[in-house]
Amino acid sequence: MTASVTHKGVWILAEQADGLVLRVSHELLTRGRALADARGTELTAVLIGPHMAEDQLQDIIARGADAVLAVEATELEHFLIEPYAACLLDLIARRRPEIILAGATTTGRTLMPFVAVKANAGLTADCTQLEIDPATGNLLQTRPAIGGNILATIQTPNHRPQMATVRPHSGPAAVAVAGRVGTIDRIAPPAASLASRVRRVDFIPQTDRCALTDAQAVVAVGRGIKKAANIPLAQSLADILGAALGASRDVVDRGWLSYSHQVGLSGKTVSPRLYIALGISGSIQHLAGMQTAQTIVAINTDPDAQIFQVADIGIVGSLFTVLPALIEAIRQSARLQPAPTVSPPQEGLPAAGGL
Amino acid sequence: MRIIVPIKQVPETSKVSMDPVTGTMIREGLEAIVNPLDLYAIEAALALRAKCGGEVVVVSMGPPKAMIALREAVSMGADAAVLLSDKAFAGSDTWATSYVLAAAARKLGACDIIICGERATDGDTGQVGPAIAAWLDLPVVTYVSSIDPADGFMRVRRLVENGHEVLEADTPAVLTVVKEIGDPRLPTLAGKLRAKSLEIPVWAAADLDVDPARLGLAGSPTRVVKIFKPKVSRQCEKLAAGDEALTAVAVERLVHVLRHRELIP
Ligand SMILES: Cc1cc2nc3c(=O)[nH]c(=O)nc-3n(C[C@H](O)[C@H](O)[C@H](O)COP(=O)(O)OP(=O)(O)OC[C@H]3O[C@@H](n4cnc5c(N)ncnc54)[C@H](O)[C@@H]3O)c2cc1C
Ligand SMILES: Nc1ncnc2c1ncn2[C@@H]1O[C@H](COP(=O)(O)O)[C@@H](O)[C@H]1O
Repeated sequence: MTASVTHKGVWILAEQADGLVLRVSHELLTRGRALADARGTELTAVLIGPHMAEDQLQDIIARGADAVLAVEATELEHFLIEPYAACLLDLIARRRPEIILAGATTTGRTLMPFVAVKANAGLTADCTQLEIDPATGNLLQTRPAIGGNILATIQTPNHRPQMATVRPHSGPAAVAVAGRVGTIDRIAPPAASLASRVRRVDFIPQTDRCALTDAQAVVAVGRGIKKAANIPLAQSLADILGAALGASRDVVDRGWLSYSHQVGLSGKTVSPRLYIALGISGSIQHLAGMQTAQTIVAINTDPDAQIFQVADIGIVGSLFTVLPALIEAIRQSARLQPAPTVSPPQEGLPAAGGL
Repeated sequence: MRIIVPIKQVPETSKVSMDPVTGTMIREGLEAIVNPLDLYAIEAALALRAKCGGEVVVVSMGPPKAMIALREAVSMGADAAVLLSDKAFAGSDTWATSYVLAAAARKLGACDIIICGERATDGDTGQVGPAIAAWLDLPVVTYVSSIDPADGFMRVRRLVENGHEVLEADTPAVLTVVKEIGDPRLPTLAGKLRAKSLEIPVWAAADLDVDPARLGLAGSPTRVVKIFKPKVSRQCEKLAAGDEALTAVAVERLVHVLRHRELIP
């Protein structure tokens, strides 16, 4: 399909779990809003899922969408490739968007390439930067490539829609603005769209408190942690930060933590607001999975460790002496600050009580 | 059971450079290896064959030297291999790559499962597996961490953000697997000998039922328009923590920065 005036509008693919719109969708709203404004067009959020509560859909509008298309059916509660693709393809064929963004989540990274083939569209994976080329109006999609060694900017000059998945946490989430208005369309898909040769029969939740790829903060351990028995030390730092526990491949290979913790080229790619690397040397393969984190902290005994090259702040020292001091200092800091979400100040008491 | 495993030959990722004119990777002179994540796909296929019988066919699209990657897969235990090689395939993006791989799968005839790696360490997209499924009109399950064959379907676990889904996928289907699937076995001596002598056919575009307009760079919807080095925006503030006093100072500074950036209360 050749680029032409027949394709219009920016879409984001919103995701839900248990009827709640996920944060990654709010990040897409920020991206989508900017692109829609640059193209002088509308931003539409497409949500494929079960029946959604009105306030959830209104919230999408409050966060920047001009329109919401909710494709709803009980069968759509969980992602399955065929029904999700059928529903999205049906919308694309009828409404012809110019741009579609999805999160680079397990859902987005599966659905988008499948749909791109069927829609004859170009797709760029895992973008960290999206802009409109002022000269051509094309979407400029920038992504890290080759283990993060380079950035590549990619265009889809002659095919529409232009599709991209966006790395979670690579941008801010849109905030709700009261009074924003938009349209909500609830669509019941035809039964034929719901057929699936894959059935979801069970779900085994991760026992860890915090899923790595979704985490706002990650505390990651490397071989410098020395042995499995020392992991709880890192875990206690993760606990007070509400962080997920990550690991280098070395740690996983030694069986100190399971593979689901591995960060890097052959593990997970994370982009949290805070990444703390403990006893990790910073091999190129490890950096590939975490260097887009907003703030990187490294603690390492070796002043020349490569991890310091991507860190914002580094402590040259042993994690076994630094960590206990750091944990204590963060506890202190939390105690000295007002913590309204934890314990709201009672009436008559000052907000910052030195309890 | 017939299992097809598409594998990619990739450069050692630590030493890659790009052609500033075409925006594609310069592969010459680099050591080439089997995409490390594809070793897990091969392992999954061999393990499945051990349970169900049948054959494992590895397929790779690439330059003639990708033959080496195929021979490595055979030395691990794959039964047969096909190389897809043609100048017309050069510069393919994932859309055009998956188009050729799907055409090769069709030519190979009936198969029960296609198992891909999670992603290639060079292109790093993970798009080819689901895209092959789309061309072949097959269901796809990504991030598979275990496979149990049953009658007419596979019971698989899928690693997602917050746990594992248990899914039943009717066969034929496309799966992409993650490392949890099991450690890849090493090549055996017998396998190496077989790999050396095995006749591996090379299929060009003319051998496949493909539209020439959909091949290679010309057939790819996406274009790399710019390649650049990420700017090193991080100036590491290094704090020495040699003794207790220094540690206290360093930690205090770190906590200050974290608080300033609103990362801790
Ligand atoms: C194809 C391929 C894919 C790979 N994929 C990945 C991947 O996905 N993820 C990954 O992480 N790796 C990956 N690797 C492995 C990678 O190359 C490195 O081997 C690995 O990351 C090293 O892990 P590490 O930093 O924990 O260990 P090391 O490199 O051994 O570093 C340990 C660090 O701990 C420090 N240290 C020691 N004692 C202390 C102490 N008391 N306090 C503080 N610091 C201390 C040392 O100074 C050193 O810097 C891959 C490799 C290949 C070839
Ligand atoms: N050129 C290729 N030849 C054979 N298989 C490929 C090729 N490119 C990608 N694949 C398969 O698709 C998976 C995902 O690759 P990618 O989408 O490039 O990250 C790989 O792990 C391989 O199983």
